[in-house]
Amino acid sequence: MKKYSVFSLIKNAFNKHQDWDVAWRDPEPKKEYDAIIIGGGGHGLATAYYLAKEYEIKNIAILEKGWIGGGNIGRNTTILRSNYMHDANNLFYDHGMQMWKDLSQELNYNVMYSPRGILNLAHSDAQLNAYSRRGNSMRLNGIEASLLGREEVRKIIPFADFTDNARFPIFGGLMQSIGGTARHDAVAWGYARAADDLGVDIIQHCEVTGFDIVNGSVQGVQTSRGFIKTNKIGLCVAGSTSILAEKLNMSLPIESHVLQACVSEPVKPLLDGVVTFGAGHFYCSQSDKGEMVMGGDLDGYNSYAQRGNLPTIQHVLTEGVALFPNLSRLKMLRSWGGIMDMSMDGSPIIDKTHIEGVYLNCGWCYGGFKATPVSGLTFAHTIATGEPHKLNAPFKLDRFHTGHLIDEKGLGTKTWIS
Amino acid sequence: MLEIKCPYCGRRSQNEFSYGGDATVKRPKLNKDISDGEWDEFIYYRKNPRGIHLELWHHTSGCRQWFKVKRDTSTHEIVKTFMIEEESQ
Ligand SMILES: Cc1cc2nc3c(=O)[nH]c(=O)nc-3n(C[C@H](O)[C@H](O)[C@H](O)COP(=O)(O)OP(=O)(O)OC[C@H]3O[C@@H](n4cnc5c(N)ncnc54)[C@H](O)[C@@H]3O)c2cc1C
Ligand SMILES: [Zn+2]
Repeated sequence: MKKYSVFSLIKNAFNKHQDWDVAWRDPEPKKEYDAIIIGGGGHGLATAYYLAKEYEIKNIAILEKGWIGGGNIGRNTTILRSNYMHDANNLFYDHGMQMWKDLSQELNYNVMYSPRGILNLAHSDAQLNAYSRRGNSMRLNGIEASLLGREEVRKIIPFADFTDNARFPIFGGLMQSIGGTARHDAVAWGYARAADDLGVDIIQHCEVTGFDIVNGSVQGVQTSRGFIKTNKIGLCVAGSTSILAEKLNMSLPIESHVLQACVSEPVKPLLDGVVTFGAGHFYCSQSDKGEMVMGGDLDGYNSYAQRGNLPTIQHVLTEGVALFPNLSRLKMLRSWGGIMDMSMDGSPIIDKTHIEGVYLNCGWCYGGFKATPVSGLTFAHTIATGEPHKLNAPFKLDRFHTGHLIDEKGLGTKTWIS
Repeated sequence: MLEIKCPYCGRRSQNEFSYGGDATVKRPKLNKDISDGEWDEFIYYRKNPRGIHLELWHHTSGCRQWFKVKRDTSTHEIVKTFMIEEESQ
């Protein structure tokens, strides 16, 4: 791999950028691999990268039915945070936050990591109390958090509705200043290029259609490009997890739901960090291009359609305008949807399965982008050693049997309400 | 926008309804031994099909009846709706 640097940029400028190497190869699938990762989203790519880099498994393939970056990794709103309440989530996601800091150097690819702060707004005393409890829980785990009053919030977002007419007055908020954003496509491409450089075969347009299981252990996968032999499989297919699990005779505590987001026309710098509205489900940040990036609720019924309906967008934007009245004059540029693997307690699953050699990574709900590096690292550990890393040990599949749920919001099993 | 045919009120906009999840989930029978596995299945495990899904909807801003909807989760097409006690074949 030729290193990207300011010198390579200058050098290539002289020949009009015609001679850049391809970022990753387009190999034919081999007959056999030491490990196969299914799904070329963020988690699959990161898993393969850390398997090759940290765990010395070199003969690896990623099988992707579409193209790299076509799934949720290219559809999310890029928010990074570790502002959780439960220890398991706090420690896991915060390890991820530390990894983001030097991911660009690690991958030699600018992922545009931008720790611009995430501010969760509170609209009542009770909500502010709940945020102070959450902030304390974060600080007990060594994660920086601060509770802001109304006037401190006003300094950060003076254009929010601070009038006496505000439907949901702002009481204050919880700030995690190392929260922020990164460029989602760059994360996918960066991991793909770095994994390819370590010899990982990235095989696009190759759908896994079945598994060869003999005496309870996996022997290979059937794909749209033929049978491929392997003894280790990592499932990283996000919203499609239940479809593949069914082929393994597994039923899972997962439902697939569509989540939408939208962006406005670009405007001059307005919003520095990420802000979430506390009286409903609306959040917003501004992209480097100037677009306001906005999202909120799931559409609210099982879906594999990768597109949603207008009522949800309308609902989310109504909340947006209640918070930031000046959004009302912006035109929306586009909206899109992605399929979320909603778990029954809102937390992920990274574990082995009852089938020898089959490993599971799913249940990311709408928050898996920020976990891309740490999920890749801990899943690679689980696959390579057959045992969970200490960070993903709580995210067991059998917690739904033993009762050790990690339910941040206490919403229960109505996954579509969250 | 979905247009859902409430079996009692007829076709109405999606905005009037709320979702109630998979309608095929069965609570374990009362007055018999129930294994932990059966509880797990009932509470947490879902078929989550891509394709035809039988699900519960509530006409929240209408007649307030619960009913069943047969819908395709990959196209959002609603095939048919049923009253709650109706056979949904
Ligand atoms: C609108 C929206 C906003 C979001 N906002 C945020 C956010 O702000 N912060 C955050 O942290 N998270 C966010 N998320 C969630 C985050 O995007 C996901 O949790 C995460 O990307 C999922 O992991 P992934 O990248 O591996 O998934 P994906 O990119 O979806 O990868 C799964 C891949 O598996 C492939 N696949 C499926 N079936 C097969 C098969 N049979 N054979 C081969 N390949 C297969 C798919 O084609 C896909 O490419 C958001 C998601 C959406 C949709
Ligand atoms: Zn009705």
